[in-house]
Amino acid sequence: MSAVRTTPRSFRIALVLLVLLAGLPFLGSAYALRIGTFACMYAIMAVSWNVIGGFAGYPSFATAAFFGFGAYCGGILLGKSWTLLAAVSIAGGAAFVAALLFGMVLLRLRGHYFAIGSLAVAEVLRELTNTASNLTGGGMGLNIPLAVKGSDSVLGEATFFFWAMWAMLFLCFISVRLIQTSKLGFGLVCIKQNESAADMIGVNATLYKSLAFAFSGVFVAMAGVLYAAWVHYIEPGDVFDVLFAVKPIVMALLGGLGSPVGALLGAFAFLGIEELVWRNYLQIHSGVLGFLVVVLLLFLPHGLMSLTQSLRSRSGRKAVA
Amino acid sequence: MLGVQVILNGLVLGCLYACIAAGFSLVWGVLNVINLMHGSFIVLGSYLAWGAYQALGLGPWTTLLLAAPLFFGLGYAVQRGILNRVIAAPVLVTLTLTFGLDLMLNNAMLVAFKADYRRLILDPPLGTWSMGELVVPVDRVIAMLFALLLTLVLYAILRRSRVGRAIVAVRLDREAARLMGVDVPVIYATAFGFGAAMAGCAGVLLAMIFPISPISSGPYLGKAFVVCVLGGLGSVPGAVVGGLFLGLIESVGSIVLGPEHAVTLSFSLLIVFLIVRPHGLLGKRGFE
Repeated sequence: MSAVRTTPRSFRIALVLLVLLAGLPFLGSAYALRIGTFACMYAIMAVSWNVIGGFAGYPSFATAAFFGFGAYCGGILLGKSWTLLAAVSIAGGAAFVAALLFGMVLLRLRGHYFAIGSLAVAEVLRELTNTASNLTGGGMGLNIPLAVKGSDSVLGEATFFFWAMWAMLFLCFISVRLIQTSKLGFGLVCIKQNESAADMIGVNATLYKSLAFAFSGVFVAMAGVLYAAWVHYIEPGDVFDVLFAVKPIVMALLGGLGSPVGALLGAFAFLGIEELVWRNYLQIHSGVLGFLVVVLLLFLPHGLMSLTQSLRSRSGRKAVA
Repeated sequence: MLGVQVILNGLVLGCLYACIAAGFSLVWGVLNVINLMHGSFIVLGSYLAWGAYQALGLGPWTTLLLAAPLFFGLGYAVQRGILNRVIAAPVLVTLTLTFGLDLMLNNAMLVAFKADYRRLILDPPLGTWSMGELVVPVDRVIAMLFALLLTLVLYAILRRSRVGRAIVAVRLDREAARLMGVDVPVIYATAFGFGAAMAGCAGVLLAMIFPISPISSGPYLGKAFVVCVLGGLGSVPGAVVGGLFLGLIESVGSIVLGPEHAVTLSFSLLIVFLIVRPHGLLGKRGFE
């Protein structure tokens, strides 16, 4: 297998990185906080996607659906003056159950068919959100009241949402790591390698796949609630954006498929690149992004982590010689 | 009488959908690649028609003769130069790769043409035909007939010509085809070229009816997805049946449920078909 293996060492490095990231508010810069919050959000998406796409090998494009679902769930509940914690829990729970049930049928598809099916879920949800204007405000978007009482300054609110998103990432990362080392994770890898054989030796493939789909959605949906509360205004085209479905895949590929640590680092690297492109090439940023995707896939199909590995093996060979 | 008009509208729309999806379905079926650039190819074809009419005064039907070889060359080059390198990679890689290429192409069009909607307005306008209470715009009928003609040409190429038989052979069994002396990478590139040519020509025809903007590429791509899944993958008759079916459903659906539900309806149908009948109306089992 060519996928990058998660050694305990790289896991520890990632944990240290995460803890260091938590110190970001002490810089006191609103820009850094904004970037940091986005970094955590992207990392949640990439690490979550890894459960279904990396472990189980199902090319899911449903991340945008989960994110938008969470954002609108949260937006509506917060609008009815529920607390943020309640909104996050309800949206997460609803996304988990919905993904579990929907996964039972959708995951009977394989390859391209599954990819298209999962992509279509986001399209359907977006159009439903667009038309159910009594509840969601339709194409006009939804304004969301301030969810945090007591933070009197802009910086205070930014700090709060950074920490909220960071905590969500931490929870997500630990959970996915636990899944990876558990029986579920092992079963998923079996399914990826040969689903019929896995089924034969007693892996409940349907249940495992659906669980993986649900776990790939629950944290993304909860991050969606935080996003909605953070930006105060959402609209269907924004939160159900197909780019939210593709970016996590690119991040996971960037870091190396099948490893939560890789996904985490891939997300940070991707955000760095994206921010640079945004700043310098505003007019052609999506083109530059596309170019990077193409170059990455053609020349570095196993991600950035494989680069260090090949360097290491090259220097190792030199030492032997 | 309203019913007949609605069905007529649906059929006209359906023929255009069939033309959009035929090339997409060919690429998906033969190469097992979902070409996410298909929508942008269509829009690029529309711009070609618009530019040719503005600058040279060529009517869209003349531009078709120009668009087919140009887009064939473009598709051939993309497949030969880029996609053939990763053709054996997992689904995810080819899908993401065409997505990246699409971002580039679409961004290039945004920079070149801006996001403003443009309209190809024929001078003098072709007007409408009316039979009793039925009214059909002439440009739509012409576009529909050309769309049917193009789809038929593709069908004839696949059925009758040497290269078409080779494409079908590669689709059925790549290894066996290679043993029979078929140059598989060239056939891949040719099939992709045909797919791009169909997209470009469909774009030229659509320019007669719909406003042109880079933003339209997503919805066109969505139609291609739905038609392919409805009709069954990789066959021209499947694309025609799927296209007509979708055209009728959308036309009837927007009267019964309201036009705002057309997209929801078509994608819901897509999900239902994927689950219940993934090989489509005409497709055979085992091509998944």
